Amino acid sequence: MDSVNTFFKRLGFLARRERYNRELDEELSFHRQQLEKDLRADGMDAEEARYAARRRFGNELRLKEQSHDVIGFTIEGVIQDIRYAFRQLRKNPGFATTAVVILALGIGAITAIFSAVNPILFKTLPYPQANRIMTLWEQHSDGSPLFVTFATFHGLDERTRSFDALAAMKPWQPTMVGNDRPERFEGQRVSANYFRALGVSPTLGREFDAADDRHKGPNVVVLSDKLWRRRFGSDRSIVGRQVTLNGDLFDVIGAMPASFENVLAPSAELWAPLQYDPSLPPDSREWGHHLRMVGRLRPGASKEQANGEVNVVLHALGRMYAKGYNESGGVPSGILVNSLQSDVTHNVKPALLAVLGAVGLVLLIACVNVANLLLARGAQRRGEFAMRAALGASRRRLTRQLITESLLLALIGGALGIAIAELGVRALVALSPQGLPRVNAITVDGAVFGFALGITTLIGLAVGMVPALQTNRRELHLALHKSARVTAGGHQAMRQTLVVSEVALALVLLVSAGLLLRSLHRLFAVDPGFDGSHLLTMQVQESGHYYDSDANRLLFFKNALETVRAVPGVVSADFTAQLPLSGDYEVYGVQFESDSVGEEGGFRYAVTPGYVETMRIPLRRGRLLNERDGAGAPTAVLISELFAKRKFGGKDPIGQRVRLGPDVGHAEKPWATIVGVVGDVKQESLALAAEDAFYVPTAQWPWADDVLSLVVRTRGDAAALAPSVRNAIWSVDKDQPIVRVATMESLLAVSEAQRHFTLIVLEAFALVGLVLAATGIYGVLSGSVSERTRELGIRAALGASRRDILALVLKQGMTLTGLGVLLGLAGAALASQGLVTLLFGVTRLDPITYLGVIALLLAVAGIACLVPASRAARVDPAITLRAE
Amino acid sequence: MPGTLDLLILKTLARAPLHGYGIALAIKRFSDDVLTVEEGSLYPALQRLLLRGWVKAEWKTTETNRRARFYTLTAAGRKQLGVELSQYEQAIAAIGRVLQNA
Repeated sequence: MDSVNTFFKRLGFLARRERYNRELDEELSFHRQQLEKDLRADGMDAEEARYAARRRFGNELRLKEQSHDVIGFTIEGVIQDIRYAFRQLRKNPGFATTAVVILALGIGAITAIFSAVNPILFKTLPYPQANRIMTLWEQHSDGSPLFVTFATFHGLDERTRSFDALAAMKPWQPTMVGNDRPERFEGQRVSANYFRALGVSPTLGREFDAADDRHKGPNVVVLSDKLWRRRFGSDRSIVGRQVTLNGDLFDVIGAMPASFENVLAPSAELWAPLQYDPSLPPDSREWGHHLRMVGRLRPGASKEQANGEVNVVLHALGRMYAKGYNESGGVPSGILVNSLQSDVTHNVKPALLAVLGAVGLVLLIACVNVANLLLARGAQRRGEFAMRAALGASRRRLTRQLITESLLLALIGGALGIAIAELGVRALVALSPQGLPRVNAITVDGAVFGFALGITTLIGLAVGMVPALQTNRRELHLALHKSARVTAGGHQAMRQTLVVSEVALALVLLVSAGLLLRSLHRLFAVDPGFDGSHLLTMQVQESGHYYDSDANRLLFFKNALETVRAVPGVVSADFTAQLPLSGDYEVYGVQFESDSVGEEGGFRYAVTPGYVETMRIPLRRGRLLNERDGAGAPTAVLISELFAKRKFGGKDPIGQRVRLGPDVGHAEKPWATIVGVVGDVKQESLALAAEDAFYVPTAQWPWADDVLSLVVRTRGDAAALAPSVRNAIWSVDKDQPIVRVATMESLLAVSEAQRHFTLIVLEAFALVGLVLAATGIYGVLSGSVSERTRELGIRAALGASRRDILALVLKQGMTLTGLGVLLGLAGAALASQGLVTLLFGVTRLDPITYLGVIALLLAVAGIACLVPASRAARVDPAITLRAE
Repeated sequence: MPGTLDLLILKTLARAPLHGYGIALAIKRFSDDVLTVEEGSLYPALQRLLLRGWVKAEWKTTETNRRARFYTLTAAGRKQLGVELSQYEQAIAAIGRVLQNA
């Protein structure tokens, strides 16, 4: 109670501060005058009395401060400190600007990166009890994940008890034909429980139920909020209406909320039920490995329990459906249960952590620089502090003042940093590679702001302590006596620590960036196996019931090819079922005569006969495909070089026989014949080794694909030809969607986008880090040399030659730099472990990178020592000595 | 002895309201010039007593017609004076016993 009272009284005093000060002044001067009067009455003369009264009174300012301390809040002192700190910064704008800019860069960068990384890596996914959502993959015998078959999903869904809801899904790209251009949508085919597994319900209408998701069930569709707004003008009566997709009528049954973030397929805009056949007919799509599976754990069930249960059930399924599994490549060796969170992020994790680490280093370097600036300034202001201490400022008060100044710097830097972060986040989102999960969730949010502010405050306190540590009273007295010329031992030690840490931090950062830079150069130097220049690509899809027949499908692509080849500027053009480096991934079984079932597989390129020539993939043996390899003729196959070498060694593969895809294991099906061997092509990524591949004519594959990619070799600029090629295709049938139009060169770049993204960001930080570190190393070293000007002058006066002085300074500076390099090497060796998955073609201990960075840092340090040292050596010793 | 200054000020004010200089003068006089209150201690002590609500201050004119701040003991201050006096006596008695027996 008492303290509450006191608090309000203090508050009252604070509010009437002006008046309080005035009254205290008046009271004290009244006191002094009374004293003076009484002294005069005792017989002193006026002058003497005034002087005696003053003396009796002592330091009036101090007295007032003591009265203040009793009555006022500490905050009042803080306000004073802040005012004073502002005045100090204004008096020294160069210092203030430099410090603020360095801090703003450091803080801005870390806030931007943290903003980007936080939702991706650390925040839970935007679903209720998101940590209970699991993904399930079938496993190869080597443990690597494999897409799930419907048979496995169906069996698990019926027999497991660990999950509240289990769902399977696959991509779906339906076309809506309007009056205008045909539009193809990204969507998903999902089993009935998909939205229940995620824990999200539609805002409009209803979600799928078992009646929707049955074989040959109704055509129903759920829309995303975005599509509902974009295509249907947010019309609430859309539920119950019909839309035409792929030539069929679909009933709209619901729309998802705007807040629904579909991390499993971020660009999906509509959903329809999977509707697979639970009777699992042999050789059907129900046995194909192409589904993803997601499940919500039942409350109380752990991931480990679920893992145990699904694997037991899988073995039972394997026994029940031995025949079905064997025809689809065998019973999977296990099921992998993983949290959705780690499933979504584990690909990008190394890159993001690398970027986060880099930005942390930049921030540390920025801190060291600011600490150095404050240190230098502390040295300059020794005289001032000594004076204030002599006038009665307590050590605590001076420390507080210093900390206030640093905090003020940090806060201004922080405010500017937030602005930089805002820009940085926008740049990051714009630069981010496709497939980076949760990009939409990246914003500068409150948590990040708090993080930045916390960091700022910590930095402020940390750097504030550096000069504060130096201001002990003994030193201050010394400083007062000898002005600012004294160099104290503790001070030098601090400087030396800064030099060493600055060099070490810069080395870690630059080595990491250097390793990635060299990786990328190596990567782009990799031969993709074909000629990517002057190559235009696009995906052409057939939609509508006219294309239900294989003959019509083949005919359309044949006609389209003829018109495209007639376009001026086109050298050649062909179709392929999958396009290298586009994200396509289609592997089918291959059975050589000596193989048992399910042993081999390879990328399937169902192509029009000129494809290999158009791509300029080299022919190694035998012949290419040609127009005679058509329907009715014996199936002709090309296989890739490594595949041939692995299977046949030195033997000639030409004329050997294989069964492909659905024919594998079917003795009644005719063999196909290998007619040629062609060069290896990178399908997935430049960084991965080329995998086995085979090429067959589209006309000889067991079915006609309805989606093919067109590759066009052009005479001039490939991109410029895109409109006329597109129009040529539409001149055959105007309702067929054409998507993914891209030059092969841009596909090459995109396929390495993640590395590229990491690299750009890392290089940006390395550049900032290099500039900061170089100026920092220069500042720290040259500062410490400048402080020794006097000492160097004395040495010169005592007979040291210019060379001696330079050698002395250089030796001492280089010793420190060397120490920093050693520490940095250890740090870089550790840090590079985190980069291993991002490196390509260089080891994490790549000597060229390490040596290059060390040479660079030594050069910077050398210049930083020599410039001030030669200045010091030029000073006339007589002048230095006279100043002494 | 800590707290003694507060006690002296409270006791002095218990007789009559006084301004700061008057308090210093009164303590000096009553102690036959033995005790001199430093201004540097007096004013912070007065602020402390004000803050605790044991004295209150108001501006009045002196007999020489000058404005000065007069301090008056409050009811709480009077109670506190009693507390401090008894504490003081206990302390003195304790010191006395130590001096006699040690």
